[in-house]
Amino acid sequence: MSKTAIAQLKRPKPPSKLKHYLTAGFIVLILWGSAVNTDSTLGELIDGLPNMMDLLRDMFPPKWSYLDNIAGAMLETIRMALVGTTIGALLAVPVALLCAGNIAASRWLYHPARLLLNLIRTLPDLLLAAIFVSIFGLGPLPGIFALVIFSMGLIAKLTYESLETIDPGPLEALTSVGANRAQWIVYGVIPQIQAHFMSYVLYTFEINVRAAAILGLVGAGGIGHYYEVTLGFLEYDKTCTIIIFTLAIVLMIDYASTKLREKLL
Amino acid sequence: MMTTKKQWHTIVQKPRKSRYRWLIYAALAALYVWAFAGIPFTGLKETAGQVTQAIFAGIFSPDWGYVYLPEGEDLLRGLLDTLAIAALGTFISTLVSIPFAFWSAANMSRARTVSASGRMVLSFIRSFPEIVMAILFIKAVGPGSFAGVLALGLHSVGMLGKLFAEEVESMDRGPQEALVASGANYWQMLWFAVIPQVLPGFLSYTLYRFEINVRSATILGIIGAGGIGTPLIFAQSSRDWDRVGIILLGIIVMVTLIDLISGAIRRKIT
Repeated sequence: MSKTAIAQLKRPKPPSKLKHYLTAGFIVLILWGSAVNTDSTLGELIDGLPNMMDLLRDMFPPKWSYLDNIAGAMLETIRMALVGTTIGALLAVPVALLCAGNIAASRWLYHPARLLLNLIRTLPDLLLAAIFVSIFGLGPLPGIFALVIFSMGLIAKLTYESLETIDPGPLEALTSVGANRAQWIVYGVIPQIQAHFMSYVLYTFEINVRAAAILGLVGAGGIGHYYEVTLGFLEYDKTCTIIIFTLAIVLMIDYASTKLREKLL
Repeated sequence: MMTTKKQWHTIVQKPRKSRYRWLIYAALAALYVWAFAGIPFTGLKETAGQVTQAIFAGIFSPDWGYVYLPEGEDLLRGLLDTLAIAALGTFISTLVSIPFAFWSAANMSRARTVSASGRMVLSFIRSFPEIVMAILFIKAVGPGSFAGVLALGLHSVGMLGKLFAEEVESMDRGPQEALVASGANYWQMLWFAVIPQVLPGFLSYTLYRFEINVRSATILGIIGAGGIGTPLIFAQSSRDWDRVGIILLGIIVMVTLIDLISGAIRRKIT
């Protein structure tokens, strides 16, 4: 111990690594605490592996005949995503305009608007759906409400961030020829942001299809409900059908939407 | 068409619109009719207003007694559990993502099929919802936080692996070549040329994913995979709206704080 201390005194000191060691130690401490807190041990994982293998063996081959039962629910899922995204996008327009520093006139307007937006965005969609289920009852309606709030938050955030980077030239030109506030927005702001906005809406739609597929777990409509049904009866081959079906639809929608977005921008 | 006089409105012509746009509009309209018509709007439950009021009352005048209970099962412990799940899940996914990143980075392998296959695996993992993974892990290791940790750890690999791979792809090859030229072996090259370059990016993305995982971890409890979601669902099913309110408040405060701290660290790193 003392030997190393002396050795360090003699040499020119390299830049202190103390901070790095402390950070690393701190992270290890956090992880160790987390592992203790969640009872996570490697042993338990290894013990669980045979169970997991059994589960996988039960899941294959998938039971394709179950597709008939869930096709309707899948359509409902897409419907929910479509309606939720659209209403959310419409609501996002005024919110994004309020949050953008170069459009909202005063900082007393955009700082509170942003704060509120950030607070809304802290709640994940499934949690919102659970809350709305207790308010509206079971069915797709609470799911749609959850998606509306969630899409509103996401689209408004993405849009206001790109609103702040638009070219101020047309805006100044409009101001100098005496445009009023509405004309200023319609002719100066919207043409510049339109394509980005549509791209964000499509992106949110992709996310919402994925989200809508699991909202059923809390009773908010869509295909997610069938996870509980099939898992409850231990019919894992049917669960596997649901998973594969959802995956296929999601990938298809992603592909179409990505192509459209590439065309837009 | 009058073309003789040059007037201000004839100089600039509007761009021609596509002839098929009416078809597109009609298709969109049909899509929306289909979507809205299929929603069974049965009207609100008569208790809707009451429940909403109760939840908001819970948020704005929280039941502080629930924040800390000495005998356990309180808000703080639930939130701590959530953070622990997110931290451990992020750590596992970071470890798993690193080999995936080098596998799917286009500049790390000669054959194009290697990196393409890596990217395909990653996008497959990405499109597998974490909540479904959690359900499957619950069947394997039993309900509890550990299932949540494993679900987050596996699901995050999809996104982290992709971001890490992009970081590896944007790396400067100079230091690597210099080390190889001066006779370094593979591991020395990795340690002195590759890691110093990618580490800041990796750390920043890991923190970003941690923020996302904190949000995800709050919902895992809904299906029994630990965290604050479990007391939330219990409070909801026992119609204890005050408690639902304070749990929501706790989640909002925690996520906001984590975002602030992690954002500050990320700005410092990169």
